[in-house]
Amino acid sequence: MPKVAVIGVGQSAFVRGYPGSIRELAFEAYAEAMADAGAQNSDIGATVICSSPEYDKQRSPAGVIAEYCGLNPQPTFYVETLCSSSSTGLKLAYSLVASGLHDSVMVLGFQKMSEITSAESQERMGRGADIQFESPFGTMMPAYYAMHAKAYLDHFGASEEDLARIRVKAATYGQINAKAVYRKGVELEQCLSADPVSKPLKVFDCCANADGSSCVIVASEERAKAMGITKPVWILGIGAASMPINMSCRDKFHGLAVAEEAAKQAYAMAGLGPKDINVAEVHDCFTIAEMMAYENLGFAEPGQGPELIRAKETYKEGSIPVNVDGGLLSKGHPIGATGGSQVRTIVLQLRDQAGDMQVKDPQFGLVHNIGGVGLYGNVTIFGR
Amino acid sequence: MPKPEMDTRFSKFGTVSFTAVTKVNDFIGYLEEGKVAGTQCTKCGQKFFPPRSDCFACPGEPVEWFEVQGTGKLMTFSELMYAPIGFGEDLPYAIAVLDYGDFKVFGRIGEVPFEEVKIGMEMVTKVNQLPNGNLNYVFEKA
Ligand SMILES: [Zn+2]
Repeated sequence: MPKVAVIGVGQSAFVRGYPGSIRELAFEAYAEAMADAGAQNSDIGATVICSSPEYDKQRSPAGVIAEYCGLNPQPTFYVETLCSSSSTGLKLAYSLVASGLHDSVMVLGFQKMSEITSAESQERMGRGADIQFESPFGTMMPAYYAMHAKAYLDHFGASEEDLARIRVKAATYGQINAKAVYRKGVELEQCLSADPVSKPLKVFDCCANADGSSCVIVASEERAKAMGITKPVWILGIGAASMPINMSCRDKFHGLAVAEEAAKQAYAMAGLGPKDINVAEVHDCFTIAEMMAYENLGFAEPGQGPELIRAKETYKEGSIPVNVDGGLLSKGHPIGATGGSQVRTIVLQLRDQAGDMQVKDPQFGLVHNIGGVGLYGNVTIFGR
Repeated sequence: MPKPEMDTRFSKFGTVSFTAVTKVNDFIGYLEEGKVAGTQCTKCGQKFFPPRSDCFACPGEPVEWFEVQGTGKLMTFSELMYAPIGFGEDLPYAIAVLDYGDFKVFGRIGEVPFEEVKIGMEMVTKVNQLPNGNLNYVFEKA
């Protein structure tokens, strides 16, 4: 398989109520990634535009964004896998480059969630589950993840405090991420005494809706060299899986089978194991999601995730730093932009360009991005 | 010839139904008779809940209905303090999954005080008439 490098990354600030349209929002990440790569539009062979529909009136947004970024006549593709859209876009981009069809591809993820009210958003998010047999009961994303949280706490004898510790960590780093929505520290007690949203999950166990965009440019080894890229970050392993959408078709709730499967593929392809990973970005739309990720990715044995966070092993100085950019819990979670934002964080880490968030000398980084409630899962491993 | 009437029974499923027409509309017919039903492949015997009109292992083979009977074990649940649009009047309510062994059922917990709900408890699935005239099913103590 030919080598594929990430040569440029960009991200808009994640905000509530972006004062512009989706094309302008997308342009922010585009501009940063192009400058980062030192690229011209003619360097980009194709674009993959990623978002989750139903937030915008615009249909087929790939065309609008490709035009606005000046990326015609290159082909453009639109990819959607809910919250994992842009890491799925990365897999498509990887394939296009590895196949030799294009020698560079841009993945542009965006979401402007503030186009609709928060209640409308909850309803649409809930429809990322089985609308025929589940939505008529009144489901929403926090409730689905809360079912996993309930099962996890019950199965392993963990506590709500263990979940809260994950939010405390996220908030610690959110404060130093200039692009995060939520930039305040949070105390354990504050998390535990917050209003329940869907028990056992409380307000601070949940991430916030946000508007944002992300951009990742990948290229073949040859193209990267020709462009004079000095710090390419290689895609070493790329795993993707899907699992049944309806909760009644799942075997267990104390973990996400989709993440286990995607991780298995990514580790095998990279020829690496969990112990080799020096820094990770995991999909923490809810605190329980990060807890399950620790175990599904092999950073902890099943049931040992709480030990990992209690011992602060997932802090910047720990054995496996996780979400030291504040995670979705602090950054906010603009569906289509999320995966690309995670990739950006890991790429900056592997280039030693992560500033105050920099982990010491990482060789290998991992991104875990989940769509729906364990419906789609992407795990990608990067190396310097 | 008069046009055949569209069978839109499924719009009666749940507080708000997002589907009107399906090949498993008889699911509503069974609910109206007080039964919760799934389907089973006539060839390989696989039981499906929620019901489906096609077996993915045996395309083209018919499925038949079976009634969800007996008790299932509560796998997990959550009590909602917020609801999506259209469900606010129902608050608070809990969603859950029951494991019947051959199949599982996703639904709502009925008139059981939340503090008595425990993972692992045996529950039954019962048809429930909603205030708006629609039907769903709920889990009650066995
Ligand atoms: Zn069959």
